[in-house]
Amino acid sequence: MKTKRAMLLVSTDPESIRLGASDLLKSLKEALEAYQLQDEVDVAEIQDIERTNILPFVVVYPEASVYGPVKPGDARYLVEEHLYKGRIAEDLLAPPKQLTGQIGSLRAHKGYNPSEQRIVLERAGRIDPENIEDAITHNAYEALGKVLTEMTPEQVIDVVEKSGLQGRGGAGFLTGRKWKFVRAAKGEKKYVICNADESEPGTFKDRIVLEGDPQSILEAMAIAGYAVGADEGYIYIRGEYGHAYRRLQHAIEQAEEFGFLGKNIFNTNFNFHIHLHAGAGAYVCGEETALIESIEGKRGEPRPRPPYPVTRGLWNRPTTVNNVETLANIPAILRNGAEWYRSFGTPSSPGTKVYTIMGNVNFSGVIEVPMGITLREVINIYAKGMKPGSVLKLAQTGGSSGSIIPSSLRDVPMDFESFRKAGVSLGSGALLICDQHTCIVDLVKVLLQFFRFESCGKCTPCRVGTQRSYEIVDRISKGQGKLEDLDTLQTLIAEMERASNCGLGQTATVPIRDMLKHFRTEVEAHIRLGSCPTGVCEMAFEKMES
Amino acid sequence: MYAPAVEREIKEVVQEAIEKHGCGRDAFIPILSEINHTLGYIPAEAIREVKAQINHDGSFVSQGQLYGLASFYDMLSTQPRGRHVIKFCENAPCHVVGGKAIWDALRETLNLENGATTPDKKWTLVTTSCIGLCSVGPVLLIGDDMYGNVTVEQLPEILERYE
Repeated sequence: MKTKRAMLLVSTDPESIRLGASDLLKSLKEALEAYQLQDEVDVAEIQDIERTNILPFVVVYPEASVYGPVKPGDARYLVEEHLYKGRIAEDLLAPPKQLTGQIGSLRAHKGYNPSEQRIVLERAGRIDPENIEDAITHNAYEALGKVLTEMTPEQVIDVVEKSGLQGRGGAGFLTGRKWKFVRAAKGEKKYVICNADESEPGTFKDRIVLEGDPQSILEAMAIAGYAVGADEGYIYIRGEYGHAYRRLQHAIEQAEEFGFLGKNIFNTNFNFHIHLHAGAGAYVCGEETALIESIEGKRGEPRPRPPYPVTRGLWNRPTTVNNVETLANIPAILRNGAEWYRSFGTPSSPGTKVYTIMGNVNFSGVIEVPMGITLREVINIYAKGMKPGSVLKLAQTGGSSGSIIPSSLRDVPMDFESFRKAGVSLGSGALLICDQHTCIVDLVKVLLQFFRFESCGKCTPCRVGTQRSYEIVDRISKGQGKLEDLDTLQTLIAEMERASNCGLGQTATVPIRDMLKHFRTEVEAHIRLGSCPTGVCEMAFEKMES
Repeated sequence: MYAPAVEREIKEVVQEAIEKHGCGRDAFIPILSEINHTLGYIPAEAIREVKAQINHDGSFVSQGQLYGLASFYDMLSTQPRGRHVIKFCENAPCHVVGGKAIWDALRETLNLENGATTPDKKWTLVTTSCIGLCSVGPVLLIGDDMYGNVTVEQLPEILERYE
């Protein structure tokens, strides 16, 4: 049998036929013959009830590009572009498949997943990150120019607020509102800080932005500076990100050279300077007040809040602290408007979200998709399924302090609102997918080891609470736990949540809470039977025997 | 790699760090990081020297404050370390894809516990928090070199690359 190199699937359901699928089929076959491709390409007819909005459509394998609606007159062009010249016929591509919520369409690019939509990572991977000119040809600094020459700071804040952009660091606070507070705060001197202390285990989305498109952050910070009335900004980047640090350093030099940073930007009287500040290894510095302390040359111990940084931040001046991913959305919002941005994601959580996927799946890496898609979709579509032999047992969303969700919650739309309702935290966007060989006790033990190490030690509930809860879970993992331990854990975490000074202690409890809520039987098996159902934990008595 | 402390005057190292980063409060951590990078750790003399030079330039910092920084931040060390520091990621994403086996093998091969240095001062073994390379876990760093998708079988070959 002759091997075919490609396959065309054409929709020929009654509705497609009504819309001209028969002629399309005929034209496609003619076009294939015209390019003498008829022996290399198979054509098949299919019906697909899910894609009723793009009929008739054509799917080309092996790339799985979806074109639609395709008119008979497009057939020759499609065959010429995709099958003869070997490139995606971008203008015929179907809008990304409707996932969940209200989703707009952004041009899909070659090499992207079929429904991936990129705003934050629009340029990352498509431009030379070391070359500002390359970024400029891809719209960099267009938004800054527009903002400085055509808009007032209030208008900028208004657009950002109307876009509904929520902080992507985990808390989901409205960015526009934060800027408004800083603008309204008393004081001549104000600061913009970019929080690039991405330390949440399993999260590396910000690194991809910083390394792939550093100019987008500089542009966004300058816009933020104009909006809130600041002429100075700091990028606090974690010490471990040496590569991203050098990229940013180079990017700042180039931006200064081109006049996008410095004095009289775009010949206006707006000045903006950016300092690049590297951390030295402390998870707690991702907390905004600890981060500010750290810039000020102190131990990264969070301040009591209030006062919030919007009124008393860096050097006690009003400060806006925004996450890298949040900032990376800003230029696109100001270029295209709030309405455009709201066409992505869900009404309560507009826009896209960058996720990092990892664990027992076939594809690990970074994706950018509309807010509101489900975990099932992430695993099946983007992670290309579970590893052979693996079955989804649980997933952790949002890094160490994120929720641990059982497979039964995989159909909850991932947006701030729906997750909040389900009692789940979206966190930083890390998705750790675990299979049946993961032991919940062992996993939580690893997480608590992290928290007891990273607790800054300033307040007692966190310092002692993380240590004690680790000791208890460690005991359980060795088969030496008691049932009372579970009550002690409940009491401990309630106190930690109530009395800890900052987010670290308040959320270090999330894995414990979820463990007791969703996986209590498994935990009790460790205690009652003295054995680990998954065979992961090393039981103390087994050690003695050997 | 790191130049041994004896080869370079600590005073000179400190001076260079201050010239590069200034002596404002926001320069304290970058100065200490720079010293740590050059000397491999932050000796007590370096802390005294930083204090003396910064205070001479008109800012104020106490030794206690500087030591507080050096002991708080994970990437700064107040103890001498081996020529090569192995940092092993012990966080959940690396753990669920087989990290523990690598960690056990590392400790066994080098006969080291977490934070310890070999008698010949060649290796220091430490755990680290996530370094953002989770898609290729388990991950370890040797100096600035990153290794991902590490297997137990690869370890001897990786370690052999270092003098």
